[in-house]
Amino acid sequence: MLEDHVKIMGALAISGEIVGRKKLQKMIYIAKKLSFPFQEKFEFHFYGPYSEELTLKVEELTNLGFVNEVKEKKGGYVQYRYTVTDEGREFLEMYEPDLSGLDACLAEMNGQNARFLELVSTVMYFDMLPKEEVKEKIFTLKAKQRYTEEEINEAYDYIEKLKKIASPVQQA
Amino acid sequence: MEYAKLKLSEEKVFKDPVHRYVHVRDRVIWDLIGTKEFQRLRRIRQLGTTYLTFHGAEHSRFSHSLGVYEIVRRITDDVFKDRVNWNGKDRLLSLCAALLHDLGHGPFSHSFEKVFGMDHEEFTRQIILGETEVNEVLRRVGRNFPKKVAEVIAKTSENKLVVSLISSQLDADRMDYLLRDAYYTGVSYGHFDIERLLRVMRPHEDQAVFKYSGMHAVEDYILSRYQMYWQVYFHPVTRSAEVILTKILHRAKTLYDARYPFKHGPSHFQSLFEDRLSLRDYLKLDEHVMLYYIEVWQEEDDPVLRDLCARFVNRNLFKYIEFDPAKEFKVHSRLEKLFAEAGIDPNYYLVIDSSSDLPYDFYRPGEEGERLPINLLMRNGDLKELSRESDIVDAISGKRRTDHKLYFPLDLIEDETTHGEKKREIAALLKLPRSSEI
Repeated sequence: MLEDHVKIMGALAISGEIVGRKKLQKMIYIAKKLSFPFQEKFEFHFYGPYSEELTLKVEELTNLGFVNEVKEKKGGYVQYRYTVTDEGREFLEMYEPDLSGLDACLAEMNGQNARFLELVSTVMYFDMLPKEEVKEKIFTLKAKQRYTEEEINEAYDYIEKLKKIASPVQQA
Repeated sequence: MEYAKLKLSEEKVFKDPVHRYVHVRDRVIWDLIGTKEFQRLRRIRQLGTTYLTFHGAEHSRFSHSLGVYEIVRRITDDVFKDRVNWNGKDRLLSLCAALLHDLGHGPFSHSFEKVFGMDHEEFTRQIILGETEVNEVLRRVGRNFPKKVAEVIAKTSENKLVVSLISSQLDADRMDYLLRDAYYTGVSYGHFDIERLLRVMRPHEDQAVFKYSGMHAVEDYILSRYQMYWQVYFHPVTRSAEVILTKILHRAKTLYDARYPFKHGPSHFQSLFEDRLSLRDYLKLDEHVMLYYIEVWQEEDDPVLRDLCARFVNRNLFKYIEFDPAKEFKVHSRLEKLFAEAGIDPNYYLVIDSSSDLPYDFYRPGEEGERLPINLLMRNGDLKELSRESDIVDAISGKRRTDHKLYFPLDLIEDETTHGEKKREIAALLKLPRSSEI
């Protein structure tokens, strides 16, 4: 039942808590690019890959009482925190999703900030392009974020690291 | 003369019920329309299975694509022409992107993409950049021109103004599909004053904006969109047909993987089922092909595939009830068990389908959001986000409506010749009226 919703809840449950809508979007996108079975469609928006379907499903899960969304003011900024509720956990027990191997990847990504994950996901979005073109894309499309060449290189290294974490499971 | 600037000796027109005429003067546009990849769109319906609910909805993605092109042509050749912030050199890029924006759609895209995890936008990119007739025409304009067109459609172009013409909360794509879908379904909602909208549209740095004096036309458009989603796009009967189509694809793939001996082998789907679908194979798929298989698979020995196909062909669709997953997930679990015990495979015959729409939303400074707002151009030249000025839009902004339904084959449950007791229990859980009460 609601298989795709269950997977998102599963990812949230594994992570414990995800702080920030942007971070949640980028973590699921990166996980999907690493071949974990998320079905949501992503398009390129102004913070990089973004899925309207994912936003929708998280809102639905919140409305169903399976996911708790806490809106908090942080300085002049509004931030959202997401956790799975007790009802959500009960639901998950009945429809346990197969997300083996995802926990280590999610834990790794959850330790990063949203700005860096935005860069990582953008690099992954343009993975059909050569590195130099990807850099050019980031400098023009994400000029406001002022990413440096060093950060872009870090993003490439980070993707390799994630692939290694994910690979034993993906190859199994 | 440079190919990009070549004009036809005489203007060509397509008669169109929505825009009256679609005008073509550019050689590039005429050549693109003639390519086999664009002609394929004639064989893909704009609204998928909606024709089983609204019998008029037989219009194709071909006519919609021409419509989007025509709206953008009016914008570039009339509304924006010679205005500040508009670069006339972007005209051909805008027209090509408008015409080709849906090029990668497959047959019944929604169901196909759901079952096989495909992405029509990726196929649009591949058609524009790959070895195709479309690519050949675009390359005649310039070596990098196909890439530029693909980037506008993928929203990864740095030219945000051109992107916003085809993809934003009020763009040529939405304007055309609302009017066209309203016309062909025959519903009375969905209409708005497009002439007025275009008259008040202005180019502004990185997006198209609307003069404040035209706010009511924008309101009308937002409300039309809201009504069309719930009255047409999310119609529960259309969703039932889509559920069945999705299950047909699932069943065919499952049987193929299990080496089931098809009487009518799925040769068109072979590479898709084997996860090695090439662009060439993808372009051979259209709704004629899909409907052919659904027709002949009615003769298969597999009872599930045969039954689902017959349901689709004869419009013997699943019935539905309202369903609240939060309160009723234990009921669903029980139903799954009972369906299996009654010999009705719940994987194919018990389906929850959810629909949800957000009529309008916007990014507020200081909040995390990814939706660019519709901006009004005030008399003093300032921009104001639409819902700040419009009480009607403010009332529905950011308000999502979701609807969950549970679909099932009523006829199989009512047939008590086998597993009568289990089926009566199913009927009670679904709160179905007894046949004597219908």
